[in-house]
Amino acid sequence: MLVGTRKGAFILNSDEKRKSWKIDGPHFGGWEIYHLTGSPAEPNRLFASQVSDWFGQVMQRSDDAGKTWETVGNDFNYEGEVGTHQWYDGSQRPWGFKRVWHLEPSLDDPDTAYAGVEDAALFRTGDGGKTWQELPGLRQHGSGPDWMPGAGGMCLHTILLDPKNRGRITIAISAAGVFRSEDHGKTWQPSNKGLVSEMMPNPTGEVGHCVHRIAAHPSRPDTLFMQKHWDVMRSDDAGANWHEVSGNLPSDFGFPIVVHAHEPETIYVVPIKSDSEHYPPDGKLRVYRSRSGGNEWEALTQGLPQEHCYVNILRDAMCVDANDPCGIYFGTTGGQVYASADDGDSWRPIAEHLPAVLSVEVQTL
Amino acid sequence: MIKVLLPAPLCRLAKSETIVELEVVAPITQRTVLDALEARYPMLRGTTRDQQTKLRRAYVRFFACGEDLSDAAPDDPLPADVVKGKEAFLVVGALAGG
Repeated sequence: MLVGTRKGAFILNSDEKRKSWKIDGPHFGGWEIYHLTGSPAEPNRLFASQVSDWFGQVMQRSDDAGKTWETVGNDFNYEGEVGTHQWYDGSQRPWGFKRVWHLEPSLDDPDTAYAGVEDAALFRTGDGGKTWQELPGLRQHGSGPDWMPGAGGMCLHTILLDPKNRGRITIAISAAGVFRSEDHGKTWQPSNKGLVSEMMPNPTGEVGHCVHRIAAHPSRPDTLFMQKHWDVMRSDDAGANWHEVSGNLPSDFGFPIVVHAHEPETIYVVPIKSDSEHYPPDGKLRVYRSRSGGNEWEALTQGLPQEHCYVNILRDAMCVDANDPCGIYFGTTGGQVYASADDGDSWRPIAEHLPAVLSVEVQTL
Repeated sequence: MIKVLLPAPLCRLAKSETIVELEVVAPITQRTVLDALEARYPMLRGTTRDQQTKLRRAYVRFFACGEDLSDAAPDDPLPADVVKGKEAFLVVGALAGG
């Protein structure tokens, strides 16, 4: 398991029983690790986004599963005219690179990976991270002046690579929404029809929605699940149309959403109370599972604190493994990493005192 | 040789000592010293100044010989004792936060 935190990276290892975990780290102590992830094509190759408010963006790569690291390219240069986006006060502000939020390695080439950055843009490397080139068609889609930062910044935080249609890339930006490309990222179209965001002057606008995370099962890439700033949504046509599946969830807010490794209609969210409080409703940390692709949800509480719990679970801080039964994992802003080795039925902490967790990824080797 | 003192996070990143000694071709300025630093330690590119604009990062400060050189022009000559190698050019992470 690859854990990115506010103060470094940690690598946790276990066998297939997933009962005993050994914690290795911190790597890059003192630096924010927004995302740490591995290549599906070569699991020993890891990429990490290392960030500091003082010293900026550093990119790290490992070719031996995190035993050793080397710095790679960190020059994220917007292509062509920079343009402007909306600022919090409604004024226009030029695009400016802040940090890499999310890394998505290619499904089949260890040297290729995508980086979602703040201010929102998509970059690609084809040389193992030595150089990064923007895919400018997204930022230059034309709707940029209507994009705006969410509370955490105007970040491109989700990148879905379609395993069946290799030209298709789906991304999400807070707060612009979902965009889809069918030509390897050259041209893009908004995919937000059906989203409703009452905070917007036009609640059903083409762009401007605060999408927190989207997820898909690799066997059914046209079915997408979304945790939005408000509501959990579903699309069955690759994002062309969305409908709400929040059902009986105890709140309409949250950050991560994941799909079970072997059950494409089983999804998980962690409801959070409102957009201002950012902690679990009633102080009870509950993962909610739907086995029907939404609308009908059950609370999973066994092993999770059910009183006085006021942590948050951020958008990149939940993942699933490929074992059977499926392992589900999430990290909290309180530094706990919780794991379930039985589809979410029961949970236990496998790390309890880490810095605030920004991201978790798991590799099944 | 020009001496440059680095803050601890950059020493760890560069796997360097706190003070590094650099060959710098005259003129000895903030720009030429940072160019030499980045040439010797490529992992430090972008950590003290923006890679495109070459502007100092907001929370990085430069000092030498008791002077705050943070807002000095990048092509201004550095103090004579830095040029002679008697004093270090200090790269400092600004105090920020509580």
